[in-house]
Amino acid sequence: MKIVLIMQKLIITLLGVAFIGVSLLASVGQASAQPEWMPNPPKAIGGQCDLDPKEMRKTHMTLLDHKRDQTMRDGIRTKKYSLKKCIACHAVKDKSNKCVTVKDERHFCRSCHDYAAVRIDCFDCHASRPEDSLNKATKAAGNSHDKLAGLSSIGKTGDTTDTTLRRFIAGEVK
Amino acid sequence: MISLKQGQIEAGEHKTAPVDEAGRRKFLKGSAAALALAPGMTLFAYGEAITKPAEQAVTTKSRWGLLIDAAKFSDEDVDACVKACQDENGWRDTGKPMTDAQWIRRVNLKNKKTDEQFSLPMMCQHCAEAPCVDVCPTGASFKRKDGIVLVDKHICIGCRYCMMACPYKARSFVHEHIEDQKEHAPRGIGTVESCTMCVHLVDEGKEPACVKAAPEGAMVFGDLNDKTSKLAQLIKSVATQQVRADLNLDPGVRYRNI
Ligand code: HEC
Ligand code: HEC
Ligand code: HEC
Repeated sequence: MKIVLIMQKLIITLLGVAFIGVSLLASVGQASAQPEWMPNPPKAIGGQCDLDPKEMRKTHMTLLDHKRDQTMRDGIRTKKYSLKKCIACHAVKDKSNKCVTVKDERHFCRSCHDYAAVRIDCFDCHASRPEDSLNKATKAAGNSHDKLAGLSSIGKTGDTTDTTLRRFIAGEVK
Repeated sequence: MISLKQGQIEAGEHKTAPVDEAGRRKFLKGSAAALALAPGMTLFAYGEAITKPAEQAVTTKSRWGLLIDAAKFSDEDVDACVKACQDENGWRDTGKPMTDAQWIRRVNLKNKKTDEQFSLPMMCQHCAEAPCVDVCPTGASFKRKDGIVLVDKHICIGCRYCMMACPYKARSFVHEHIEDQKEHAPRGIGTVESCTMCVHLVDEGKEPACVKAAPEGAMVFGDLNDKTSKLAQLIKSVATQQVRADLNLDPGVRYRNI
């Protein structure tokens, strides 16, 4: 009898511990899953951001402003912090496999701005998705009849972002 | 000769793509050197082929300019230049001539006494003493160190003083929302725009789009400060004209046979 009692107590304790454990785990799980209303920027097509993403979140405005003046006034055309490159690497596709413009709320630059009520006018002038020629280039390169024609329609030397972007649009990278 | 050389370099560029920036420059230099040794190639061609490194700021060492030979242009040739500019920079006629963008246009001229007629391409003359720069209240209208006159649209407030000041009527104003701009030529509502001498191409060591589209030798692009450039040599040896020379604006765009 005593043994049965002890066994009963043990089972109950174990169950209790298990219950607390499970509920603890569950609550931890909940804490790490982001609430729906938080901004959730879409993933980049690959490569590395120009700056540690943590820093980029905080400083992209100033970096872009600085780059803008350098390019506009002094003709400095390096890739780092170039708006064209942000747009290329942070391209987001819709279901029909086309890159979305800033009109679409899934656009990378809107993901946080909509949440934080930031409005930028950059895309009044700047293309908000990689140029159509890239889509064409994908086709040309994909057909592999004329890989060079595809590359040349981009006009610039194909750097890694362009190459990844082509593969991204072609559906080879997610 | 120059156009042949540049054509070859570009063909090479596509073949080697993708390459990194440094590799590309090395390649450009290498091929330019090889070409300079080819028979009939002179060294002044060599100077123009080397691209400014992307991280280097422009300097006053160069002053970019154009020489346009009106005698070599038919109406269709001028229209081809306009079309090339539209394709490169993403502006187009929308059937509203009062407000449409106009970076480059055809000007028809007629000598009333002789009935002689011809046409020429007219665009921003990239003046050294640019009136548009003088009148701009925000500093948006500015001259780059290498002589290219631009609108910094980031600080343009759209007042259009520059449009009134320009004796060549070279600038236009964006009246409506635009979509699907070229990524290398941002343009948008509420700002003034004009010929940029295809600054995005020039910075990469290429020629402006109109020059490429013009008949052989009808438009020569180059560095006015480099006495060995084809452009400077031509200006030294043939009679050239400035449009409205009386205004003393020292335009970077010069003409022949007008
Ligand atoms: C070569 C690709 C690449 C380029 C170019 C690039 N990024 Fe990124 N960026 C990334 C990657 C990768 C991350 C990490 C998050 C991810 O995987 O999407 C990131 C993260 C970010 C984040 C944080 C997003 C978040 O989830 O919190 C911001 C903001 C950002 N980038 C802005 C920019 C801006 C602005 C530019 C242009 C100046 C730029 N990026 C250029 C690849 C790139
Ligand atoms: C009214 C038109 C207009 C608006 C609005 C505008 N830009 Fe620009 N931007 C331009 C033009 C024109 C250039 C010069 C392009 C060239 O020379 O290649 C440029 C160039 C740049 C460049 C350098 C080229 C590149 O892609 O890296 C950056 C960076 C830039 N702009 C950032 C911005 C940011 C950030 C905003 C919004 C806060 C903005 N711009 C708004 C017209 C505009
Ligand atoms: C991780 C979230 C996030 C992403 C993604 C993001 N931004 Fe921002 N951005 C912000 C926040 C937050 C602010 C406002 C900061 C403030 O007001 O202090 C801001 C401000 C800006 C500003 C300055 C606005 C002003 O009124 O001065 C510019 C320009 C800008 N972002 C450009 C971009 C571009 C271009 C992209 C896409 C390549 C982008 N941002 C993507 C969070 C983001």
